Amino acid sequence: MKFTQPPEGEYEKHIVPVKGVSSLNFDPYAAEVLTNPYPHYEELREAGPIVWLERYGVYVVSHYNTVRDVLTNPDVFCSSAGVGLSNFHTEKPWRQPSIILEADQPEHTGVRAVFARILSPRALKKLTTTFEAEAETMIDRMLENGECDGVVDLAHAFPIKVFGDAVGIMNEGREHLLPYGDMVFNAFGPVNGRFKECLANLGPATEWIYEACKRENLTDDGFGAAFYAAADAGEITHEGAGLLVRTTLSAGLDTTIFTMGNALVNLGRHPDQWAILRDEPKRARAALEEVLRYDSTFHSFYRTTTREIELEGVKLDKNQKVLVLVASANRDPRHWTEPDKFDVTRKATGNMGFGAGIHGCAGQMIARMEGEIVLRTLATKVETIELLGEPSLHFNNTVRGYTSMPMRITAKKH
Amino acid sequence: MPIITYLLADGTKMNIEAEAGANVMRTAIDADVPGILAECGGAAMCATCHVYVEEEKASIFSEISDVEEEMLECVTEERKPESRLSCQLTIPVGVDQVTVQLPVPQD
Ligand code: HEM
Ligand code: FES
Repeated sequence: MKFTQPPEGEYEKHIVPVKGVSSLNFDPYAAEVLTNPYPHYEELREAGPIVWLERYGVYVVSHYNTVRDVLTNPDVFCSSAGVGLSNFHTEKPWRQPSIILEADQPEHTGVRAVFARILSPRALKKLTTTFEAEAETMIDRMLENGECDGVVDLAHAFPIKVFGDAVGIMNEGREHLLPYGDMVFNAFGPVNGRFKECLANLGPATEWIYEACKRENLTDDGFGAAFYAAADAGEITHEGAGLLVRTTLSAGLDTTIFTMGNALVNLGRHPDQWAILRDEPKRARAALEEVLRYDSTFHSFYRTTTREIELEGVKLDKNQKVLVLVASANRDPRHWTEPDKFDVTRKATGNMGFGAGIHGCAGQMIARMEGEIVLRTLATKVETIELLGEPSLHFNNTVRGYTSMPMRITAKKH
Repeated sequence: MPIITYLLADGTKMNIEAEAGANVMRTAIDADVPGILAECGGAAMCATCHVYVEEEKASIFSEISDVEEEMLECVTEERKPESRLSCQLTIPVGVDQVTVQLPVPQD
């Protein structure tokens, strides 16, 4: 896939509604920012805990504490107006909103309870051996070849297989999952050139997803079937069950694929950190946590004010979009020591790579499980990881990851 | 300022001064109380912030939500009537002391 850069020049300037708050012409979606966002985020944090973005007419919060405050006050900073730039309360949503991600309390609670039960830590335990066996097979195959692609052969292949099977979707056509997810995550940003090109190249992905979420096309023992069973029991509607399958597919694949790719790329770039993990594979889960902090996958999303509210001394109007920059919070020196250092021995819990509060990622336990198994299996079997050239970055408005990572790996001697 | 007493699994007692409106999990994490992992950071998704609340204090906290109930069924330690997820517990204004017992870890 190839993406064009969004036009950098002309834009309609939105005047900051209140005095005394920094107003910037910063574009978090510019290709230059996406290439290496972190120095830009630092500038943004220095400009203040809350800043006005003229280009989009939104506020942005980038400090750890402010981000946490916004995410843990869902009554004031709601999700039902959409968690993207577009405001569902004033504009027509491009698709039917998700009944969990884009819903507020009290409706949200019941749906989240169903989701939490179906993907509970206990339910996931049953999948452990299957996931481990698959990771071993894939990594053994890569070791046989020596030269391989960390993203294509593992970060991408693993979730498409094991997560796809766990949800219970058909095998045929799974290649449509990624372009669909790419569009969903672009759609949380502006309708820029990148998003338009993504839409133009989408092909039949939307129709395929629609078909894949139907009950008759799901296996009878996966998460998908379990959502429909919850509908039979009257806990959610049948339409809601289909929407939950859709949310699971759009929220649960690109994110895990990119996270594992980010893990491999960062371990490849920091041989000392790889050595620590390789010598103690049980550090895999903590290492994954550090990857989510240091190079977060889901960089930014929005909340919308439900009433007038003062935040960091700034009075916000009702119905105001606020960009929540979790990837910046995860690098905020006001909270972390040496935030720009990739350190797999760090206690990175408390990072907001999975969000925070009542909408904190509902799939985080399976995402952690997938990531932990892949990293642990890799650390158990592999001695060295050598990058063969620069990994190729994928440009998306809100998620960060790679499409390719040529590398050479060697096996541990036993 | 309210005091939260954490009774650790090994019998040790930790008294931590908290702010009114403080969260029981967050206070524990900030004070490095051993035995509360809180992997999901309070999203009620991981069930690794399990505590037992003394019976006579149970009513000061908000009721167990549907999401918390689902997670309590997944705790790896013994589930008791006093079981709560500490990330869902906020110290109400006017309460000056609460004791929570940490469960004995099980594999
Ligand atoms: C490492 C991989 C993942 C990352 C980085 C990630 C990130 C996130 C973030 C940041 C949010 C919060 C959005 C907001 O507050 O508006 C979220 C929500 C959500 N995620 Fe994930 N996610 C990942 C994997 C998954 C998986 C595997 C699933 C499905 C099984 C999933 C399902 C969901 C759902 C349903 C929500 C909405 C929760 C709610 O609104 O209550 N995610 N995710
Ligand atoms: S911190 Fe994860 S459930 Fe409480």
